[in-house]
Amino acid sequence: MSSASATAGATPSISVQELESVVVRFAGDSGDGMQLAGTQLTNTSALGGNDVATFPDYPAEIRAPLGTLAGVSGFQVRFASRDILTPGDQVDTLVAMNPAALKSNIGDLKTGGILITDSDAFDSKGLKLAHYAHNPLEDNAVVSSFQHLNAPITRLTREAVADSGIGRKLAARCRNFFAMGLVYWIYERDLEPTVRFIERRFGKDQAVAEADTLALKAGWNFAETSEIPRRHYRVPPAPLAAGRYRNLTGNQALAYGLISAAHRCGKQLFYGSYPITPASDILHELSAHKEFGVMTFQAEDEIAAMTSVIGAAYGGAMAVTASAGPGISLKLEAMGLAVMLELPLLVLNIQRGGPSTGLPTKPEQADLLQALFGRSGEAPLPVLAAASPADCFEIVQEAWQLAVRFMTPVMVLSDAFVASGAEPWRIPSADDLPPIDIEHPTAAEAKGGFQPYQRNQLLARPWALPGTAGLMHRIGGLEKQVDTGNVNYSPDNHAAMTELRANKIAGIAGHIPAQTLQGDPQGELLVVSWGGTYGATAEAVRHCVRAGAKVALCHLRHLNPLPANLAGILARFPQILVPELNNGQLQRLLRDRFLVEAHGLHKVQGRPFSSREIAVRIHALLSGRTSS
Amino acid sequence: MNRAADFKPADFASDQEIRWCPGCGDYSVLAQMKKVLPTLGIAPENTVFISGIGCSSRFPYYLNTYGIHGIHGRAPALATGLKMTRPELSVWVITGDGDGLSIGGNHLIHAIRRNLDINILLFNNQIYGLTKGQYSPTSPPGQISRSTPYGSLDQPLNPLALALGCDAGFVARSVDVWPQHLAEVLKRAHRHRGTAFVEIYQNCNIYNDGVFAWATDRKTRANHVLELQHGKPLIFGEHQDQGIGLDGLQARRIRLDDDHEREALLVHDEHAPDPILALLLARLRHPEFPEMFGVLRDVERPAYEELAVEQIQQAQTTGGPAVLEKLFTGGDTWEVPA
Repeated sequence: MSSASATAGATPSISVQELESVVVRFAGDSGDGMQLAGTQLTNTSALGGNDVATFPDYPAEIRAPLGTLAGVSGFQVRFASRDILTPGDQVDTLVAMNPAALKSNIGDLKTGGILITDSDAFDSKGLKLAHYAHNPLEDNAVVSSFQHLNAPITRLTREAVADSGIGRKLAARCRNFFAMGLVYWIYERDLEPTVRFIERRFGKDQAVAEADTLALKAGWNFAETSEIPRRHYRVPPAPLAAGRYRNLTGNQALAYGLISAAHRCGKQLFYGSYPITPASDILHELSAHKEFGVMTFQAEDEIAAMTSVIGAAYGGAMAVTASAGPGISLKLEAMGLAVMLELPLLVLNIQRGGPSTGLPTKPEQADLLQALFGRSGEAPLPVLAAASPADCFEIVQEAWQLAVRFMTPVMVLSDAFVASGAEPWRIPSADDLPPIDIEHPTAAEAKGGFQPYQRNQLLARPWALPGTAGLMHRIGGLEKQVDTGNVNYSPDNHAAMTELRANKIAGIAGHIPAQTLQGDPQGELLVVSWGGTYGATAEAVRHCVRAGAKVALCHLRHLNPLPANLAGILARFPQILVPELNNGQLQRLLRDRFLVEAHGLHKVQGRPFSSREIAVRIHALLSGRTSS
Repeated sequence: MNRAADFKPADFASDQEIRWCPGCGDYSVLAQMKKVLPTLGIAPENTVFISGIGCSSRFPYYLNTYGIHGIHGRAPALATGLKMTRPELSVWVITGDGDGLSIGGNHLIHAIRRNLDINILLFNNQIYGLTKGQYSPTSPPGQISRSTPYGSLDQPLNPLALALGCDAGFVARSVDVWPQHLAEVLKRAHRHRGTAFVEIYQNCNIYNDGVFAWATDRKTRANHVLELQHGKPLIFGEHQDQGIGLDGLQARRIRLDDDHEREALLVHDEHAPDPILALLLARLRHPEFPEMFGVLRDVERPAYEELAVEQIQQAQTTGGPAVLEKLFTGGDTWEVPA
């Protein structure tokens, strides 16, 4: 399978070392093609049987001034021979295409790791843009602790692609492929999938396709003949469950999950949204699948996106909108209307760093309390949070089931990390997907006098659709009379309706799976996490358990209502730790709801947790060294 | 609809107690709507009224059709989601000068430019009623209101000119107390395929009483009102002796008894492809000119929801059957053996 097998034998001095897990980060300018390089390494590794996890980290600016720190774009890939949950804490190989990329990434490269730099980019202009007074590559203090491969990548790429006939400027833009070739050699990656990709993506322009392929192979050949490194690293396939796999990002998974749910329940999917980072890719993905009857609507603003979805839900569609924090803020009033109308629809929040425009491309989990309490009045709705990219596929289907069963808008929280990160996804058989049954009252049921707010045992009201004779009814944002739905301002009625709306949502706790634990159920410390921090938290807990610590993980998928057995679980553990990418929102909630002392671990740097950060905190708490 | 002939106003009347102030112009509009709906051949269950917030936005409660009383300004967006997914329904948007032009201005202009096949009725009373008497985006400069005790400083919006600026295919104006005229305009709005925008001058007898008296007073209105008819010259006046003529790009009042002036007399063409003449008419304001009532423009272009449905049908024809497995396995896949 690996191209390396053909070449490795030719150079006897090259040794091979087997590794369980490797982290590679490509870092360069926004226009350097680092996202492409990372994606290709990911796909190639997955095709080779590794488990993979990725962390694309790019700036909000499309093309910040060339060579500046603001314009540095990175893509981290981890591939492993075992089941992994995160893209890794520390980097084994860092590719830094310019001084700015070196400066902002060198801190994450592990001692003894491989540093690959393009010496051509470290000229006086590049150094100045990165605010380096001296060339760091000549500074022992900077590079001596790494295996440093400093190659004139720009020049070598230009030479390699000279025969393709593309111009000098375009030639230099192939240098990401040269860098990929280097990395592929070091880790025995197969060149073929990338060559196929080049053909697919750039095949229309043969000169470009040829140049990219030449650069890729030149990088490979250069690595083979250069002094550093003198070693291949081999990461054998991971023991994943049998089946057919593909890589999937969180946003793709959301889109696929939505299409699947609509398909399973026989509804048209209506997706109304306004472009916003990092949610826009859901709109892009869905708008490309009109063969499934998906109707996408790019609204004039966030409010229109939300209200168009309410209109579509009233008409009987599977109506969905998505946004990120600032956009959700704009939708909140209309979400209040959806709560009042008790219509099924989904609101997805791909959280990013806030407040306001904040960090548009960086992850944070600081919208939990907004999701729970952000609307005016007592306006409860179910809130679920996705744990990983692949989980996004499942969670929107579950959310839709809850929405139609309980006749309520449902919020699903993801974040920038989950949304753009990719992992292998075991492709399900369509027949295995959960069925979703929906009933609409018929004209015949009008006989006894139709009441739009008469409730069933779950306290859900009927979803009567326009076009049904005899069921004509008007709904609106004004308080409604119990059962009839007529406008009613009486004090007792408002209290009764407020209670009904609250009880309906609280009652969902009896219909969701019981909370499960990982690790030591009789442990001394319970780590409670939610959403996209799952990977880092679970890895930290596994690591600590292996090291003999008495710790368990309770990862929450349902934030509202919380699982019915959670109170009992929390009461069992002497200590509780809640790691979150915010200043303690779930921690606050647990303290409030269960009167437990919960420690927090808070991070608001626009970066995900490393599992090490969490493990350090677990050890500290267990050894009684800290409290908060 | 075979039952069409059987519909009566009573079929469209809801059992809800009406909560508008006695004497409000909204009663009259509701009465005309109840008369018109049975004549359209559409069953109550296939008719949906969607409104925002304000006095006029209570309208849906008083009709026995489907309906949503939404939130302030958002009715056009609610209607967009419904109409795109249920194109077969007859959808009416009820809004006012505050709801549609102030807080909901953005949704209004985008609904019109997209050209969904919906009817938007904007009740213009030049005042905020439900919030108790503040000036609105159509109040004239100097308007004394509870929020402008020293007079409003705002230049008012011209709703018809705004709609025409969005390339509205159907633009009309009527007034609450002209039953037949209003009924006819509502029917025409319904018949038009695409967004029909209708401004209805409506009297708020509590906060802005008599603001349209110039148009409704039987004794004087002939001099201030011009009822548009397609193909007919723009003539008005108690003695039908005045007209609207064109002088370069300016409209001006002309005397018909002057042969020389008469040559400039404009003839109404509601189907003119270019909206410029309609815009010129929309900008004629009382008291300098008579104001135009009736249909200013009626030009059809494809409805948005039809285009959206067509795009889906095309994708379904060219893309083959929609099979989830095909979606899931797009791109590179690999097999992990058992």
